Amino acid sequence: MTQPVSPPRDDTPKLSSKAEPAPWRAVVARADVRTLSLLGVLAVLILIGGITKPDEFLDTRNLQLVLTQASVIGVVTVGMTFVIISGGIDLSVGAIVALASVWATTVATQDYGFVGVLFTAVLVGVGCGLVNGVLIAYGAMVPFIATLAMLASARGLALQITDGNTQVVTIDGILDLGERDSYILGVPPLVLMFAVVTIIGWLVLNRTTFGRRTVAVGGNAEATRLAGIDVRRQRLYLYLLSGLCCGIAAFMLIILSGSGQNTNGNLYELDAIAAAIIGGTLLSGGRGTIVGSVLGVLIFTTITNIFALNNLQSDVQQIAKGAIIVAAVLVQRRTANTT
Amino acid sequence: MAPEPPLLTMSGITKSFPGVRALDGVDLDVLTGEVHCLLGQNGAGKSTLIKVLAGAHQPDDGTIGWRGEQVTLRSPIAAMRLGIATIYQELDLVEGLSVAENVYLGHEPTSAGFVVRGKDARASTAALLKRLGHPEIDPARLVGELSAAHQQIVSMARALSHDVRLIVMDEPSAALDPDEVDNLFRIVGDLTADGVAVVYISHRLEEIRRIGDRVTVLKDGRAVAGGLPAKSTPTSEVVALMTGRNVEYVFPPRPTHQDLPEPVLEVQGLSRDGEFESLDLTLRPGEIVGLAGLVGSGRSEILETIYGARKPSTGQVLVGGKQLKAGSVRAAVAAGLGLAPEERKAQALLLLESVTRNVSVSSMSRFSYGGWLDRTAERDAARKATRELSLRPDNPSALIRTLSGGNQQKAVLARWLLRGCRVLLLDEPTRGVDVGARAELYAVIRRLADEGLAVLMVSSEVPEVLGLADRVLVLREGRVVHRAPAQELDEHRVLDLVMEGSPAS
Repeated sequence: MTQPVSPPRDDTPKLSSKAEPAPWRAVVARADVRTLSLLGVLAVLILIGGITKPDEFLDTRNLQLVLTQASVIGVVTVGMTFVIISGGIDLSVGAIVALASVWATTVATQDYGFVGVLFTAVLVGVGCGLVNGVLIAYGAMVPFIATLAMLASARGLALQITDGNTQVVTIDGILDLGERDSYILGVPPLVLMFAVVTIIGWLVLNRTTFGRRTVAVGGNAEATRLAGIDVRRQRLYLYLLSGLCCGIAAFMLIILSGSGQNTNGNLYELDAIAAAIIGGTLLSGGRGTIVGSVLGVLIFTTITNIFALNNLQSDVQQIAKGAIIVAAVLVQRRTANTT
Repeated sequence: MAPEPPLLTMSGITKSFPGVRALDGVDLDVLTGEVHCLLGQNGAGKSTLIKVLAGAHQPDDGTIGWRGEQVTLRSPIAAMRLGIATIYQELDLVEGLSVAENVYLGHEPTSAGFVVRGKDARASTAALLKRLGHPEIDPARLVGELSAAHQQIVSMARALSHDVRLIVMDEPSAALDPDEVDNLFRIVGDLTADGVAVVYISHRLEEIRRIGDRVTVLKDGRAVAGGLPAKSTPTSEVVALMTGRNVEYVFPPRPTHQDLPEPVLEVQGLSRDGEFESLDLTLRPGEIVGLAGLVGSGRSEILETIYGARKPSTGQVLVGGKQLKAGSVRAAVAAGLGLAPEERKAQALLLLESVTRNVSVSSMSRFSYGGWLDRTAERDAARKATRELSLRPDNPSALIRTLSGGNQQKAVLARWLLRGCRVLLLDEPTRGVDVGARAELYAVIRRLADEGLAVLMVSSEVPEVLGLADRVLVLREGRVVHRAPAQELDEHRVLDLVMEGSPAS
């Protein structure tokens, strides 16, 4: 019934060719706007801190403390950012940090010294990530459910191991890393570790096939599968990566507190998700940046610090965090709509 | 009696988006009970115009008259209250709700203002479906379980559930089989007999000739002709208006194949329960083979099974003489197969990403050293592939979603070109590609074949299969009922075969 309608050779769709450089520039400009606005928020916070508590906030020790606190959750957030960009979620990060930190600080583990603790923390993190990844990628479980189950089990196991007790670290090599003597040019080793994880995370996301596949899976998993990429294996790797970050964070927490506790990493999952979201990562996947997430972490940690210095209780902090998440998402929606 | 004023008068409608003036002073008037066709290439402004009419976009300038009075369509609800209903191309139904719940979504019959009278809704839905010629659709079924054609009927029932005076249909026939299209036209005829006006958008000119009363042609956001008689305006004139130039056709000439090389793709006894049965097929480098058949004849399923996206019940696929691992896309891609799927946006494109990244996604390992991407090499290679297909704009960083349908399809082809694939599987290669760009796409496909690719294509548009393919396999209910060189078939013969299914001799 269809007659061949004589289509002509149409050389150019006029509108799109005229607008050629615009979309590209818009993306760059918007990325900049997003990063700049996060930097702006951070600057305002520092200003507020400097004005309200000039002596205490701007004190070197306090700034070192803020950065150190940001480091542990920051490492977790880097892993979380990858997972969210791929269209997933990892609710178990806090529980994995707790489990890894207590498993690595049992008396038996500490017998193996520094390396034993580090190795155990990382291995427990990766192991939990492996379970998450297998369930999600090959068991076709929804990430929310699979990692929720891991959250509950890992916390439970952490409690079982410690029986509710704090496991004190007795290895000098670990404890020394938390001391001021080991600061390098005034920078705590934990902050350096965070910086290294951030840089590696950025490179992996932006410069490797792994990062590219992560973004592709989050943007359109079906199209990625039909393009010949092993989407399931990529998903498995992503939860492994998140687990690895949790293991590293657990080790950092052990250095920071000189102990392992089953209550470690409480609500890290929410803080990490919130930091990634205000950093511009789409919860639906397909877009996100490491820089944004790290700025998100710094913003949250700075707020917590300022509030604490001003003797405001944690309830007020929580309310402020909630408000910031809403504001950030609203602002981002607006910038997204202008195209 | 004074002559009735037009039902709808849109005049001087202007609408700009950042960077684009989508509508530039468009006039459109629609009379009571007429079928008014809206023609134009993709990007001509049709969608924007009907969105203004549906209250989904606010015009920057211009006036809308409705039954002699000036109105403002602030929202889709406001338009619906006046009696303007729109059936969008991308159906906007809720798959998890029943047919009746979809039809009455937002204006459910209720008791005491909030208790939904489900039985009433189902009864009146059944009546609407009967009026639409589809009494077999159960109002209690979930919409997600229905075929695309039936979903469209539900959309139409939803429009009719309002007291509607004007229905806008955006390419309603795109997803329909010929007999479904006949039913659609019967419905349109009934509606107009009841005094309802229809604004009908289609790429298929002969449909417009069959049911249209008048035609308005849009080009680059302007109405270049308004109210032409649909039946008597010559096709060449309409096409010339749409494209702004005169045209000749269309399908590239077929090369005369002397002796083709050994088959690159062999399909042996491939079956999938309930979809298609014992398919045999050989494909040689340099030739284009077409599968013709109705929606539901198993066409897309065949391509996806060959490609490994679905697992066959029996049978095997050989590429270059080697058997492919069944149900593995990765094995198929590694062996040199490439698929341009039917649902381009859902199945092929990374919509948030640039052209380069869409093109390179299947060949990333070529630009990586231990996982580290050489982005310059990637970009250059992608640009080379897209240039070879004259993809526009010639900007590897352009976001894929800003491209026209034809250029998006070229990006998908470039992906496989870059991968160095040997067999190209094309599922509805010109779906969503406007008339003007199709010929160029046909030429590209033929050129790729001439360069040694084997092409297996599927299309619901029979002339496309006949015009482009060397050989044609006619499918009916999952079985091949006829095989012949394309020159030996004509459209009537194919449609006869498709519907009657006289078995292959």
